[in-house]
Amino acid sequence: MTATSPDRAVTARPAAQPPNYLTEGGSTLRSWLLTHDHKRIAILYALTITVFFFFGGAAAAMIRLNLVTPPGIFAADTYNRLFSIHGIVMVWFFLIPSIPNTLGNFLLPMMIGAKDLAFPRINLLSWYLFVVAGVVALVAVIAGGVDTGWTFYTPFSTMYSNSYVILAISAVFISGFSSILTGLNFIVTVHRLRAPGMTWYRLPIFVWSNYSTAIILVLATPVLAITLALLAVERLLQVGIFDPALGGDPLLFQHLFWFYSHPAVYIMILPGFGVISEVVPCFSRKPIFGYKFVAWASVSFTAVSFLVWAHHMFVAGMSVYAALVFSLLSYIIAVPSAIKVFNWTATLHKGWISFDAPMLYALGFIGLFTTGGLSGLFTANLAFDVHVTDTYFVVAHFHYIMVGGMVSAYFAGLHFWWPKITGRIYHEWWARIAALLIFVGFNLTFFPQFILGYLGMERRYHSYPPEFQFWNILSSAGASILALGYVMPLFYLTWSLYRGQRAGANPWAATGLEWTTPSPPPKHNFDKTPTVTRPPYQYRPEPEPQDAQGHA
Amino acid sequence: MNQGIHFLPETASAHAGEMDWLFAGLMITSAMILALVFGLMLVFCVRYRRNSGAERGNRLGKTWRVEVGWTVATFVLFLGLYFWGANLYLKLHRPPDDTTDIFVVAKQWMWKVEHPSGQREINELHVPVDRPIRLVMTSQDVIHDFAVPAFRIRRDVLPGRYESMWFRPTKVGQYRLFCAEFCGTEHAHMTGIVTVMEQGDYQRWLDAQGPGETLVAQGAALFRQYGCSGCHGPAGTVHAPPLEGLFGRPVPLADGSMVTADEGYIRDSILLPKSRIAAGYPAIMPSYDGQIGEEDLFKLVSYVKSLGNASPGAGERPAP
Ligand code: HEM
Ligand SMILES: [Cu+2]
Repeated sequence: MTATSPDRAVTARPAAQPPNYLTEGGSTLRSWLLTHDHKRIAILYALTITVFFFFGGAAAAMIRLNLVTPPGIFAADTYNRLFSIHGIVMVWFFLIPSIPNTLGNFLLPMMIGAKDLAFPRINLLSWYLFVVAGVVALVAVIAGGVDTGWTFYTPFSTMYSNSYVILAISAVFISGFSSILTGLNFIVTVHRLRAPGMTWYRLPIFVWSNYSTAIILVLATPVLAITLALLAVERLLQVGIFDPALGGDPLLFQHLFWFYSHPAVYIMILPGFGVISEVVPCFSRKPIFGYKFVAWASVSFTAVSFLVWAHHMFVAGMSVYAALVFSLLSYIIAVPSAIKVFNWTATLHKGWISFDAPMLYALGFIGLFTTGGLSGLFTANLAFDVHVTDTYFVVAHFHYIMVGGMVSAYFAGLHFWWPKITGRIYHEWWARIAALLIFVGFNLTFFPQFILGYLGMERRYHSYPPEFQFWNILSSAGASILALGYVMPLFYLTWSLYRGQRAGANPWAATGLEWTTPSPPPKHNFDKTPTVTRPPYQYRPEPEPQDAQGHA
Repeated sequence: MNQGIHFLPETASAHAGEMDWLFAGLMITSAMILALVFGLMLVFCVRYRRNSGAERGNRLGKTWRVEVGWTVATFVLFLGLYFWGANLYLKLHRPPDDTTDIFVVAKQWMWKVEHPSGQREINELHVPVDRPIRLVMTSQDVIHDFAVPAFRIRRDVLPGRYESMWFRPTKVGQYRLFCAEFCGTEHAHMTGIVTVMEQGDYQRWLDAQGPGETLVAQGAALFRQYGCSGCHGPAGTVHAPPLEGLFGRPVPLADGSMVTADEGYIRDSILLPKSRIAAGYPAIMPSYDGQIGEEDLFKLVSYVKSLGNASPGAGERPAP
């Protein structure tokens, strides 16, 4: 239990906390709902997306329950609505906002030595838009759900679905504005509000990756908004845009949709890279290996993420030549991902590695992301993709990246900065058990899906031929372990709020600017704007002998 | 298709065998990378754990060469995999000349199949072994996807278009057919069986279906019935392009471009005659959009195709 060991800067519980962002400005509901403090807004986001995560998780649980037996237990329509809402909620109401809007909102200004984001009011507005979007999504579910899948493919969604498509896309549409506002806010903040001495090459990788994410948010989201607006026009007014029966083009939607949604995958994973690039150096007591390569790999993702959208469409009826080009580009974009993995691994080399909970989550991330990334080599491969696209192989692939990767990264970050955010330390032992359960449960749930996909089990099937049952049972069994792992943090983190030991300013002896201010930070982050004189990650080797005790 | 634990799907087409080799190649490459990354992580985590006495020595080596080294190595490896997959994909898109063309119409939620000699089936497809089969597919409503895992093939079936796909079955037996693109309530039940038969058995099966009229003959009847022959026929009174020898040849268009007259072009000429106008002819053909169902369209297309095949020597089209 490293964090509670005597060598760490854990202060004894003081009689009264110094004023901080949680106490200054009052603790009424009103003071929270009208706050302009980026840290409080981050907390608002964290609470909201947690609700959505467990809502989407409940849908996942029902999906897996249904798939235990081949005929399933739900009616076809019920199942179709379940996987659609699972996908929609997880993508737009959890994955996309998760790290940027919670950890990013909280940390970005602190990491660059600023008092707040550039536009505090817009930051609050974007949370309200997000909440409105979420409410609309819930209304769609209560009204009867939507059965198009999160991809809304036309002409099914425009002309044939008799579910609440318009409500669902309105929810996504509104949440898009929230994304755009957050993106703009981040970009301006990084450009304008860096403390004296905080040059670009002194930015932590977390800032680089949130900055890159923000660029994608601003550039890609409008395309989604336009696409959804066109969808609504066709559905409501019967104008032929996508439906060939009305003179439209059925593939046009897919091109537009993936032109947003492929970059969106990087919105979902880049911030995760940022978290891992903070956690791994800290617990290895080493600067990140190849800082500039990692920083520029983040930025290069923003550019290339726009060039590979059509690799979702290799069997959709594109021209062969387009397919050849998009496959090649996909292989090229895989290279920077590989660089990241190599660099994290190399950071461990000759370090002083300790295995606190954030580090366990981060190591889990590297393993799962690497596996997911390698399965991307399969799906980007033209001939191979013909066999597995639209099967469970793809379901496994994106869960390895988005759930194994992004959710693990989110948890790594949450555990890493929890003491900073709350001023408290959680129970290390429980956190490690949860990290382990999540890793094991995750692999049990999703590895069988690779096999299922190769065998030919198609996705979005509420019932399936009996020969697929064995792997489905295994997957559902794994999902129950995974679910347990995901619920545990809810308990020990909440517990820590009331009973956890107080954290000092810097319980992990980390080097970022955010650790130089008290935990929880005061309202304006820093008493006096810091001046930066050194690059990030100036970790020194652990002072050897006296440290050895307490780390059994 | 028996129950139990399966690790690999059946391999029942020429393409499936080649795809499995590609799979093996991908597996070996990624297993190596995985072993490298996981191996290094494990070794470093054990060796350099905080209280180990391992030698750390010079901690900040040069990163330049290492970075460039592994970037280039990864890039070369990835390119190799790309070319392998691309090559096989191209093969999958180049049917041989002697395919048997079978029409497939998808609709919520069934597969309707028409053989060239007129036999029809639903949610089943009978094919002879060792013959190249080409499926010409369209949908009547939403996007579906015709997938046969044992053949390692799948392709989206779109409304308003023809998509085609070919395979050469190599093993007699029954294989599952799935719809792979979500298409509504009964998507999971839009499945069927592909039966691969010996040549003789296949012929007997065809005969047992009753000697229907061939698609070409049915198409010829429709050609007159819909009034196509009034303009395109030998006794045509209007200045319309003759259709003999049309199929498979390049056609100059009024806007100066060229198209190859494939099934899709013929289909578009019937439904959207104004979209691609043949050079030298007035755009007077009426659109049949909404008047001819998908199955009749197939028959008409088959008929026009047969006109092409009937007179392979009829090289030049007569000058307008
Ligand atoms: C216990 C954890 C989870 C389980 C067991 C699970 C299970 C599933 C299954 C079985 C499907 C396929 C549905 C189908 O195609 O028929 C699916 C789809 C999906 N899941 Fe999950 N999931 C889990 C967690 C997550 C999380 C945490 C996310 C995102 C953060 C996520 C994102 C998605 C998305 C985007 C889809 C695609 C939906 C669609 O096909 O329209 N899942 N999930
Ligand atoms: Cu279908």
